[in-house]
Amino acid sequence: MNENISRRRLIWTGVAAAGAAGLGGAALFAKRVGLIPPDSHGLLGVGETLTYATQRLLVSEKTMAREFNRSEISSFAPIKGNPPENEMYERLRAKDFADWRLSVGGLVSRATSFSLDELKRMPAENHVFLQACEEGWSFIAEWGGVPLHHVLNLVGVLPQARYVVFFGYDINYDAPNARDIRGKWNSIDMSDAWHPQTLLAYSMNGLGELPVEHGAPLRVRVPRQLGNKSVKYLAKILLADSVANIGMGLGSGGAERGYSWWSGI
Amino acid sequence: MSESAYSEGRAILDPKNLEVPQHSALVRVTHWLNAASFFGLLASGGLILIAHPRFYWGEAGAWGAPPIIQLPIPVILGFSGWGRYLHFLSAWVCFLGGVAYVIPSLLMGHFRRDFLPEKGEIAWRPIWRIIAVYLHVRRPTSEESTRYNVLQRLTYIAVVFVLFPLVFLTGLAMSPGIGSAFPFIVKMFGGEQSARTVHFFLAGMLVLFLVVHLIMIGLTGFSARVGAMIVGRGKDE
Repeated sequence: MNENISRRRLIWTGVAAAGAAGLGGAALFAKRVGLIPPDSHGLLGVGETLTYATQRLLVSEKTMAREFNRSEISSFAPIKGNPPENEMYERLRAKDFADWRLSVGGLVSRATSFSLDELKRMPAENHVFLQACEEGWSFIAEWGGVPLHHVLNLVGVLPQARYVVFFGYDINYDAPNARDIRGKWNSIDMSDAWHPQTLLAYSMNGLGELPVEHGAPLRVRVPRQLGNKSVKYLAKILLADSVANIGMGLGSGGAERGYSWWSGI
Repeated sequence: MSESAYSEGRAILDPKNLEVPQHSALVRVTHWLNAASFFGLLASGGLILIAHPRFYWGEAGAWGAPPIIQLPIPVILGFSGWGRYLHFLSAWVCFLGGVAYVIPSLLMGHFRRDFLPEKGEIAWRPIWRIIAVYLHVRRPTSEESTRYNVLQRLTYIAVVFVLFPLVFLTGLAMSPGIGSAFPFIVKMFGGEQSARTVHFFLAGMLVLFLVVHLIMIGLTGFSARVGAMIVGRGKDE
């Protein structure tokens, strides 16, 4: 009996030691190759990290989101949240966004700002995607715009960039201290940023423009993630090596309100 | 225990005549892992559900589109965030616990020995004989009281090999990342919203299993059965 117990203990100690060493090694490896999400803290962050790392290993840059036929476009396209209620946005909207500009900066070699017309002159694409909300509802719509990678190539992304961060006119994106930024900002990793289907969309369902409540004049569409990644009313795109100093450092405004940063699930 | 209405039928797995552990260490550890994760999944699933208690068929569905089912419960927003964190953490525990249970059990013959009905057992007569035991019409033979009966066997097979795999697949079918990499998982269920609807009904069937499971444990001696699942053998009360 005693022999049995000590042998059992030996086996379990071995298993525990191997497990601990394995986890430690996996964590180091994961951090190096970018499999740790910004909101990996705490017990709930364990599940988030496992999900993000697994999806990053299963869903490659070549994995395409499902596309649909125009005949499948939903007659109802609900929205979440209201258009920006500030003077700046109202002024831009009153002039049909003629004075609107998208600034793209951060870890790029040529920080640039683009007018809506300049974006519309770039190579355009149309995609019919399904967009789902974490609440459970979804709709299918057609989005027209310029692939994000086209704009990234124009500004020249520096090799140390790891995130593309999106800020819209509905939040205090121009706060002097980025840590004070709150609201629906969001970020994606470079795998989604360079993905061919990630779109800066200025048209919905063939209208030639975005309805205001769907993010006019420009929103990003990240079709392999839930709708909250597709930030509306874009004002500014930032390339960064870390999101630790933006807002509360969790990678998105949603993560500050309890919603996971990774929205591929 | 003699006052128990079920004192005769409890012999379905009679703890009296068991000197050897009734459950292996593997079964005991993974049972409680999966029990904990199932409660996590159930609670967080409820938090996610109340954000949109409507179900659709096909790929898409939202407010404004006709649902096939609308649950008569109030819509409560704001919990789906940490509900989703908890749901996926629990799902990982459930998945890893499930794999840790199924693979060694396959290798060690647990399913073949304890779950696979024996020849001739899937027939009306033996099934009626078991039902008669449950209805207290007939006392079980001593052989019957030391092994899982055919109804238990079929139920465990359905839970382990049908309900849990399907609830995982329907869950994955709702993930835009997984749906991109493996679109056939979504197509299998007829679309993302169909998968969500099927997910809900599968969860309901698992809850039904849990309720019956707990009732049977209560009827056959709660502390003995729980003891058997914690330390391996149950003492008679």
